[in-house]
Amino acid sequence: MLIFMAILIGVLYSTGVYLMLRRNVVKLIFGLFLLGHAANLLIFTVGGLVRARPPLAAVGADAPPPDVADPLPQALVLTAIVIGFALTSFFAVLAKRVFLATGTDDTDALKSTES
Amino acid sequence: MRDSLILRTTTRVIMPLLLLFSFFELLRGHNEPGGGFVGGLLAAGGLCLYMLAHGVDDARRVLRVDPRVLIGVGLLLALAAGLVPVFQGAPFLTGVWAENKVPGIGKVSTVLLFDVGVYLVVAGTTLLMVLSLAARDEEEDDPC
Amino acid sequence: MTDPLILIILVPFAATIVAPAVARRLGAHTGWVLALAPAIVFAYVSRLLPIEPGTAHTVAVPWVGSLGIEFAFLADGLSVTFLLLISGIGALVMIYASSYLGRDPRLGRFYVFLLAFMGAMLGLVLADNLITLFVFWELTSVCSYLLIGFDHEKAEARAAALKALLVTGLGGLLLLAGFLLMGIAGEQLGLSAIAAGKISGLAAVDLREHAYYHAIFILVLLGCITKSAQVPFHFWLPAAMAGPTPVSAYLHSATMVKAGIYLLARLSPHLGGTPEWGWTVGLIGLVTMLTGSLATLGQRDMKRVLAYSTLAVLGTLVMLLGVGTEMAVKTAVVYLVAHAMYKAALFMVAGNVDHETGTRELHRLGGLRKLMPWTALAGILAALSKAGAPPMFGFIGKEMLYTTKLTVENVGAWAVVASVVANVALVASALMVSVWPFLGKRGDTPKKPHEAPLAMVLGAVLLSLMGLGRGLMPQPFETNLGSAAASAILGRPVEMHLALWHGVDPTALAVLGLSLLTLTLGGGLYFLIRRRVAPVGPLLRRLFSVGPTQLYDLTLQGIYSGADRVTRFIQSGRLRFYVMVTMLVTVIVAGPPLVRAFMGGPAAANGGWRIHEIIVAALALTAALAATALRSRLATLALVGVVGTCMGLLFVFFSAPDLALTQVMIEVLSVVILVMVLHRLPLVIKRSGRLSRGRDAVVAAAVGITMTLFVLTVARVDRDPTVSDFYLEQSVPAAHGRNVVNVILVDFRAMDTLGEITVLGAAGLGVLALLRLRRKERS
Repeated sequence: MLIFMAILIGVLYSTGVYLMLRRNVVKLIFGLFLLGHAANLLIFTVGGLVRARPPLAAVGADAPPPDVADPLPQALVLTAIVIGFALTSFFAVLAKRVFLATGTDDTDALKSTES
Repeated sequence: MRDSLILRTTTRVIMPLLLLFSFFELLRGHNEPGGGFVGGLLAAGGLCLYMLAHGVDDARRVLRVDPRVLIGVGLLLALAAGLVPVFQGAPFLTGVWAENKVPGIGKVSTVLLFDVGVYLVVAGTTLLMVLSLAARDEEEDDPC
Repeated sequence: MTDPLILIILVPFAATIVAPAVARRLGAHTGWVLALAPAIVFAYVSRLLPIEPGTAHTVAVPWVGSLGIEFAFLADGLSVTFLLLISGIGALVMIYASSYLGRDPRLGRFYVFLLAFMGAMLGLVLADNLITLFVFWELTSVCSYLLIGFDHEKAEARAAALKALLVTGLGGLLLLAGFLLMGIAGEQLGLSAIAAGKISGLAAVDLREHAYYHAIFILVLLGCITKSAQVPFHFWLPAAMAGPTPVSAYLHSATMVKAGIYLLARLSPHLGGTPEWGWTVGLIGLVTMLTGSLATLGQRDMKRVLAYSTLAVLGTLVMLLGVGTEMAVKTAVVYLVAHAMYKAALFMVAGNVDHETGTRELHRLGGLRKLMPWTALAGILAALSKAGAPPMFGFIGKEMLYTTKLTVENVGAWAVVASVVANVALVASALMVSVWPFLGKRGDTPKKPHEAPLAMVLGAVLLSLMGLGRGLMPQPFETNLGSAAASAILGRPVEMHLALWHGVDPTALAVLGLSLLTLTLGGGLYFLIRRRVAPVGPLLRRLFSVGPTQLYDLTLQGIYSGADRVTRFIQSGRLRFYVMVTMLVTVIVAGPPLVRAFMGGPAAANGGWRIHEIIVAALALTAALAATALRSRLATLALVGVVGTCMGLLFVFFSAPDLALTQVMIEVLSVVILVMVLHRLPLVIKRSGRLSRGRDAVVAAAVGITMTLFVLTVARVDRDPTVSDFYLEQSVPAAHGRNVVNVILVDFRAMDTLGEITVLGAAGLGVLALLRLRRKERS
């Protein structure tokens, strides 16, 4: 499965980058979302893929059973998902504000710092 | 979309259920999947649904508090949870647990307080974004 | 910390705090009060006299102990000489400055700079740790920048200040490199400790025999000669005349340019004495001496005449330190002190003339003797010392200079001739700044001149009288200080004997003859210049109009335009360009090693596959690919949503229920937010041509392949399970939680989470602010 996940991550990166290289602000936003997915999935995947053994301890047990999934990458990715959501949302709103202020959604037209 | 009677009626029921479920997720998060992040997102999702059906103003009314207050209170709670152990001589953010169980919640701890803070910040941030975006949309839709 | 040696450095810095308030209250009388700071220092240091040759008082306070950096200070004959010059002349300049600047509203700022500069100089000459010394060294550069550029509304002053900063700053960097090499070679950063092997367990290191010697020597030398304005770095000094006159008086006499001299002298026992040192330092000094002395004749602005003659003296001092014999070093000490006193006096005199007549142009001056008697007295006495006429202190210095030249072996007659030429020019320039403005008939001046106020006369008169006094009675100086200073430079105790009259041995008579010849020739030269018999001025000006200044200007221009071009190129303002560059660099830097690593090792365990996993992964893959091709915004949004949901499912399959829940909720909310954002954004138009789409696709594909290889390569590495195992083991017993992921988030790593939710809240407020902005615009 690792190889499939690796390919999926590669494709998510590719599509994310490709969309970011477009001149439309809208595509840029979508590209950021895909890039975020790609990065999250990457950390998750290299942390090790384990089937059906979440890092939970049974009631009354002192520790989770051996061979559970690594909780550390999961914790990292969880915060990354939420932060990524907040930041992409912020960026999306920013992009829209820029469009409303400048009247263009062409990123090439947004070159100068003065409006 | 706001005129859909079915949506309006069902959200009236579903929204409180979602909120309740979000509390549930928050509280059980320490032992089962869930926690402040998921709970906060669920709560925000519930209110979003309500907003879609009833409009921004109604959603704000149901929420009662400004989302910004939720963020502030959440951050303060998380900070307070961190400061409690400091007064007991332990490092910042060390978990402190109460002796007795509270019925329905389980053991009360600063960790739970912290998670509540996370819950409030996540819910507050999401709602702040959604509500202010929607408010602007409505404003612009107005012909006047 | 209570050692007074450290306190005296703090005194000027402490005074900077009160300086603005004092200046606001007292205006033109500020100097009398603030001069207390250097006066205290002077008084304290005077009590250390007489200094026994070869002894030193040291004190050290730890600073960055782990790196061997400490506030180590050492007061020996050399330091004390400089301390007295810095604080003594400092006090007089302080008194002078407030009267000179008068009701300037920036007086407070001026005194802050001046006091800070003084503190830095005091620290510099006391420092016994290379890093401490360097810090003070740089501080003097910065302070001098502020002082020279004090009239910052004048473009000339700004350019001059920048010039000084760039040249001395460049030298400072080289010096730091040299110091660090010294630290490595000597295995410690304490200056005196290197030679003495003071820290137990370390042998004394003779840097001259170390493999790094030449590198150290060249770097340190460059640091010194930039600071001391030696050829070819001399051009910043005349330009620095753009600063207010009190600054020139201070910078040129006791400080700044003397810092380089000080460091050369200080390092003489460590680095000097080799043929490389002797020839390089000696020749640089010689060339500077000749350049400065000849250039001074071409000037007609009093301050510029003095500035170039400073160059000549600095060159002489460097040359003497290069020669490095006992006689040369003693000469350097005398010359240094004599120069500090008469040069400060002459600058004050020039300042008075400028202040009272409104011009410093010699052509317009003359006959001020009657109108400004005290200034004239000071000017003529100081100029006599500068000219090396008996019975002034400067005479003793010049006699010793000639003696050095005549007695040192390996130095041919040409060096004697060069010294005579330089001194003839100095005599002429001394006459130019004294006889020309003060004697003869009245000039045509913009203002009607009268004597300057007491504060402005005091320093010049005092210093010039001291030049006379020391010439008549040199014994107190030699026993109190001179011998100790020379000993510190030589690194062994020596005795100094000064006298105006050396008896009738052949050398002494030859020297006396040279002195008289110099005075005669100098007087004649002045006459030629004054009567414009020979076109000396224009000729010399043309000769010195090309030189390092042009090189400096060209370099600066080149850097500016180069930076402009580079910025224009890499800061195109196009987001796509930045993304493209970042991605290409990633691929080019990370790609090849990854391919090699991937090819070189065994494949990672693939871990089998299930059909539902493949289906979900394939669905996500297809949706992502399709999202790049569609033009409909909502359809693209739906596809991105599909990708996110598939990710949630994958999290479920691979034991991450918390992630799955979060991901699905995020997906829902993202879609809601994106729908609202996209609302009213224009439809997607195809803007790029087929070619650029193809190019982007290739870059994007390269990034994707790199990341795929990255995942496959990293997955092969055995992860260190220590941290994860700790969390798994401790989650239930220590944190009372069975969901390890959540325990990490809210307990083990709660600090990170606290930071994260703070960012989260900020992002939310940011969105609100962005939207509010719009509303305000409309209303």
